[in-house]
Amino acid sequence: MQTKANGKVSNLVKGETGDWEIVVGMEVHAQVNSKAKLFSGASTAFGAEPNSHVSLVDAAMPGMLPVINEECIAQAVRTGLGLKAQINLKSVFDRKNYFYPDLPQGYQISQYKQPIVGEGEILIEVDGESMTVGIERLHLEQDAGKSIHDQSPDSSYVDLNRSGVALMEIVSKPDMRSAKQAQAYVSKLRTILRYLDTCDGDMEKGNLRADVNVSVRKPGAPLGTRCEIKNVNSIRFIGQAIEVEARRQIGIIEDGGTIDQETRLFDAARGVTRSMRSKEEAHDYRYFPDPDLLPLEMTQDYVDAFKAKLPELPDEKLARFTKVFGLSPYDAAVLVAEKEAANYFEQVAKGRDGKLAANWVNNELFGRLNKEGLDIEHSPMTAAQLGGIVDLIASGTISGKIAKDLFEIVWAEGGDPAEIVETRGMKQVTDTGAIETAVDAIIAANPDKVAQVQAKPSMIGWFVGQVMKQSGGKANPQAVNDALKKKLGV
Amino acid sequence: MSDVTRLTLADAREGLKKKQFSATELTQAFVKAIEAGNAALNAYVLPTPERALKQAAASDARLAKGTAGPLEGLPLGIKDLFCTAGVRTTACSNVLGEFTPTYESTVTQNLFDAGAVMLGKLNNDEFAMGSSNETSRFGPVVNPWRRKAASGALSNTNLVPGGSSGGSSAAVAADLCLGATATDTGGSIRQPAALTGTVGIKPTYGRCSRWGIVAFASSLDQAGPIAKTVRDAAVLLGTMASYDPKDSTSVDTPVPDYEAALGRSIKGLRVGVPKEYRVNGMSPEIDDLWQRGIAWLKAAGATVHDISLPHTKYALPAYYIVAPAECSSNLARYDGVRYGLRVPGEDLIDTYERTRAAGFGKEVRRRVLIGTYVLSAGYYDAYYLKAQKVRTLIKKDFDDAWSKVDVVLTPTTPSPAFGFGEKAGDPIAMYLEDIFTVTVNMAGLPGISVPGGLSGQGTPLGLQLIGKPFDEATLFSAAQVIEDAAGHFHVDNSWWVGAKG
Repeated sequence: MQTKANGKVSNLVKGETGDWEIVVGMEVHAQVNSKAKLFSGASTAFGAEPNSHVSLVDAAMPGMLPVINEECIAQAVRTGLGLKAQINLKSVFDRKNYFYPDLPQGYQISQYKQPIVGEGEILIEVDGESMTVGIERLHLEQDAGKSIHDQSPDSSYVDLNRSGVALMEIVSKPDMRSAKQAQAYVSKLRTILRYLDTCDGDMEKGNLRADVNVSVRKPGAPLGTRCEIKNVNSIRFIGQAIEVEARRQIGIIEDGGTIDQETRLFDAARGVTRSMRSKEEAHDYRYFPDPDLLPLEMTQDYVDAFKAKLPELPDEKLARFTKVFGLSPYDAAVLVAEKEAANYFEQVAKGRDGKLAANWVNNELFGRLNKEGLDIEHSPMTAAQLGGIVDLIASGTISGKIAKDLFEIVWAEGGDPAEIVETRGMKQVTDTGAIETAVDAIIAANPDKVAQVQAKPSMIGWFVGQVMKQSGGKANPQAVNDALKKKLGV
Repeated sequence: MSDVTRLTLADAREGLKKKQFSATELTQAFVKAIEAGNAALNAYVLPTPERALKQAAASDARLAKGTAGPLEGLPLGIKDLFCTAGVRTTACSNVLGEFTPTYESTVTQNLFDAGAVMLGKLNNDEFAMGSSNETSRFGPVVNPWRRKAASGALSNTNLVPGGSSGGSSAAVAADLCLGATATDTGGSIRQPAALTGTVGIKPTYGRCSRWGIVAFASSLDQAGPIAKTVRDAAVLLGTMASYDPKDSTSVDTPVPDYEAALGRSIKGLRVGVPKEYRVNGMSPEIDDLWQRGIAWLKAAGATVHDISLPHTKYALPAYYIVAPAECSSNLARYDGVRYGLRVPGEDLIDTYERTRAAGFGKEVRRRVLIGTYVLSAGYYDAYYLKAQKVRTLIKKDFDDAWSKVDVVLTPTTPSPAFGFGEKAGDPIAMYLEDIFTVTVNMAGLPGISVPGGLSGQGTPLGLQLIGKPFDEATLFSAAQVIEDAAGHFHVDNSWWVGAKG
């Protein structure tokens, strides 16, 4: 839905009545990386037998009381710092009251009026242009359990393993104007969380999920009525959901209708959004401060200690990669998207040509990993091995073409690249005597081609190819070229 | 051996130490007393004699070995609001069904760790909501005290034992235990103590752990003992109180030796008498009681000062917003899904509705509805938020008072024990039972009720002392002075023995 006008990217969407602007805000639920739940000592491990990670508190047994898990607080503070956000030294946990079988207490403990983290920002880049998306707030809350409806014809089951697991709800400002921007926002947020190690960002497991608020308006008009699309669980679906929802809203308005504020679900199989509940059906959550928990108070020193130990974040790393290694912003951005990839690259680039290293990591390695469906942590080739290949190229020991063959061998068989080059005779031939002998032989065998090249000097390429073929690709192409030019007089 | 059930807890402790009787003998005496008297009084909803005798035997072994704890072998009753591992706990509500916890509340664990013996679970108003113990699923508790005509003839009219800890107060007053645990959200320890001639203390909020106590209103609930004497109350609270990391509102401050405070001189103690407690229509006998209390403290060297607690009149209305609001949320977990009662319905919502309609009694339903209402969108600011502001002002009233006085003296209740049904039909009349006690919960302060005399009809009346936060020791010192002056009040006719329920 993006058009280019006057060379500038426009995010406006064409409708029957003219251009429309999409406005997107996001509420991302990120599961906190912690061993234990937000208010109980039960484990947060994924994939256990149903109801095996449930404490008395999680099951809301009579007389049970929540006690804050300090590690979850620390993770929220780290995340807030990573989002360059205001850390609120005093915050309050509230009860959000509603009935559902997977909510044992009959209320979710969340933060309503006084969240632990206030306003912050995230820098994103779309189509080569940078923009800032504002963060409204981050608060901590309990996850609910899971209702299972497909195991019995007449009953539903409840698994409380997730009940009470800590979530960070990260709310953006309605600063995004396209599906692409929204996708870039979630990707960048995910990257930051993974750098901070405060959320694993695993969307498949539901450890990161997004509620997407979409509205449309004529450019310059006030904000339109928004619909909230709940629980979108992949970056691709976020893009699709925004596009179809914006189209739906534009269609309604252009047909003379109005948008109802409501909660909708994205049906990925059918590529539509469906109404879940309207504003009238919305719950009255009867928020009030949880009397079982005192207000959470932290000192500035406590926060500053986390600030001092914050790891290098993607924006800083990108700046360093372009400055120290001379990488293009694009190459650097690809590398810093995943902390593990950036670390891998740094090992390859250490003491070597950074640009050459980036090329090999970004093109050969990532291309091959993608093809095999592997992530960088499961790469069969270590950074030391790829570094060895880069060394052999840089020293002129092998040609770029041989390097690709070598890459395949190391990928498939492992081993030390230098040793492989040695034992398999893959070294580049720069011995001019040997090259000249080969050149002489080709010239002698092809008098017709020699005649043709006099008329058309670009024919020299054919001779180069023949010599290279005969050398098994090991001849130094520059030396072959020089010798041919001299002998053929072109 | 004379009737050991008549002993105070402190005297029974002495008797065990001196081997005048064994823990087993002591426990057996109570088991028999319960067998004989509980049908008429209905104080226990679940006597646990076998468990009690087992605990007593273990106590005897420890007494013999010299490893006895501070409460070794002393038989107590436990309010059914305290979760007791392996023993049915219902808060006297149908909604909990036959719920049997796998865990022990911190307060009862403290008692058992000290060697105490549990005789059984005691009756209370459903979820501790009530002031007469008439809302229990197990039926009402009967006050051992009866009115006396001028001729001295005992009336046959059953009186309420107060509430919500009516089982605790009746059991202590009738010698069916040496002491009992209780809880107090708006007066539920002090009011029943006053109506039964017993001593009850609600400690400072945060002094006893709430972990494992069925919650009514989290910001107001506190556990405390009901006992025969001030000394017994001091002994019991000393063991019940502790810092508990499992309760975020528990306060990490050492528990003093309360018993050591008994007999301490109160010379120079500044006693405040708040004019706002002199409510309209206060009966002359309550006023007389109050004046007697003032005179006793003065005689012991205290100075008495008129003080003002100007926001007192707002305390009860604010309490009846805050407490129901918290209860509406705290009781949401009783939904028929995981434990307790489930009444299956057509669908989920129907199941919730049937379960909660059948599970909760009328008073509980009333409070859940009030609480849901005051927290609703559009009403929150006008009710809940305003009530919390009132609460802050009530706290401030006391903070201001503490610059002038050390304790505050008031009557515990506006009237002596009343008959069944006299107030049950009128919620406001029932709520007014708490008029002198709720301020203490709203401010989170300690308050003790100690018997001060008998009404014209021969039923007990209580005086309340309110103290500074965590200054329970001073309350015990002053309460001891009142007790010494007023004397003990014991029912002189054990009409319930062998009587039918």
